[in-house]
Amino acid sequence: MKTEDLVSLLSAGAEAVDLKLTSRRWLLALAGGASIAFLLTAGLLKLNPVLWHETYKPMFWVRESYCAVLGVLGFIAVVRLARPGLRLGLAPIGIPVAVIAMWVLAVVTLVVASPQNRARLILGHTAVVCPFLIALVAAPLLIALLWVMRSFAPTRLRWAGAASGFAAGSIGALVYTLHCPELAAPFLAIWYLLGILIPTTLGAWLGPRLLRW
Amino acid sequence: MQLIEERLRSLMLQSLAGDAAAYRVFLDELTARLRSYLRRRLGGLPGEVEDLLQELLLAVHNKRHTYDPKQPLTAWVQAIARYKLVDLLRRRSRSDVLTDPLDDDQVFATTANDAAEAQYDVTKLLRGLPDRQRLPILYVKIEGASVTDTAVRTGMSESAVKVGIHRGLKALAERIRSIG
Repeated sequence: MKTEDLVSLLSAGAEAVDLKLTSRRWLLALAGGASIAFLLTAGLLKLNPVLWHETYKPMFWVRESYCAVLGVLGFIAVVRLARPGLRLGLAPIGIPVAVIAMWVLAVVTLVVASPQNRARLILGHTAVVCPFLIALVAAPLLIALLWVMRSFAPTRLRWAGAASGFAAGSIGALVYTLHCPELAAPFLAIWYLLGILIPTTLGAWLGPRLLRW
Repeated sequence: MQLIEERLRSLMLQSLAGDAAAYRVFLDELTARLRSYLRRRLGGLPGEVEDLLQELLLAVHNKRHTYDPKQPLTAWVQAIARYKLVDLLRRRSRSDVLTDPLDDDQVFATTANDAAEAQYDVTKLLRGLPDRQRLPILYVKIEGASVTDTAVRTGMSESAVKVGIHRGLKALAERIRSIG
């Protein structure tokens, strides 16, 4: 077929495209993924029975904002990487800033704490399982985000996959806080970050395999 | 450059709003620009230019919903072109480049007229699609029938006709990719 004929074919009877509908897919992915993440947390892991009581502690809100900020930044990166030719914007600066801020808080917490308390601040009671449970809770979000990503046109596949994993991990971590009893900054700085990095790595690996178009 | 951007962008916005005539002009201008871009980039593989050009046009069409009206259109097209070009070169390097008839036949096989024709035939590829995709594309896109008439002719619903066109063009792009 001549290229000219292909142009006629493509343009013949071309209809309007609903751009808002396209953007709405992200919200569906987030809502669907987060709902399943919540069901996993509430059903499999059980909600933290003293959750309400903990809302009075400042560290509770530090933890929630940490996950939420990372989730928002990751999600912005996802949305932008899904479209050809968009710059990344805030994410490449914002994410390191948030992570470093938590590390600074962790170091300060450890320095101020008495030496016999330090191991507990780092390990808490759930250090061994925390990263894996975050990855588990993040899984439905990762699937949903990659699914929607496939209907877009990412041109940097590894980054698009990694960003999907990072956003899924961070939002997954936020949902996981409804179960997690840990509030110490050193714990969050290490194990939450590791938990987020599991789906990030998985996403970076899956990106070039699943997102090609 | 600024002029091209403004012109193409406004054509694209009209196209996305459903103006098929504007879309035709848009694709024609894009074809000319992409062709000269690909000729420059694919100097060593002249036989690939028209193939990749058609693949690019299909990609632009199938992915037009990913254009963000707030971004420069040229950046959007450029990113798609670069992605497809890299994709092609990667596929090329995987298949054995040395056995490709790059040197002998191309010069003589290509006349000015053939230059606008791809090595694969979209019409043939079209025949390989299932009827629920092939017929809507054939009637609406090639014969120029309306969606309503096509629905009556095929016994499909109007939305099935539209879905068939959409999925068929995506399947076509997939098939072209797997050939190259």
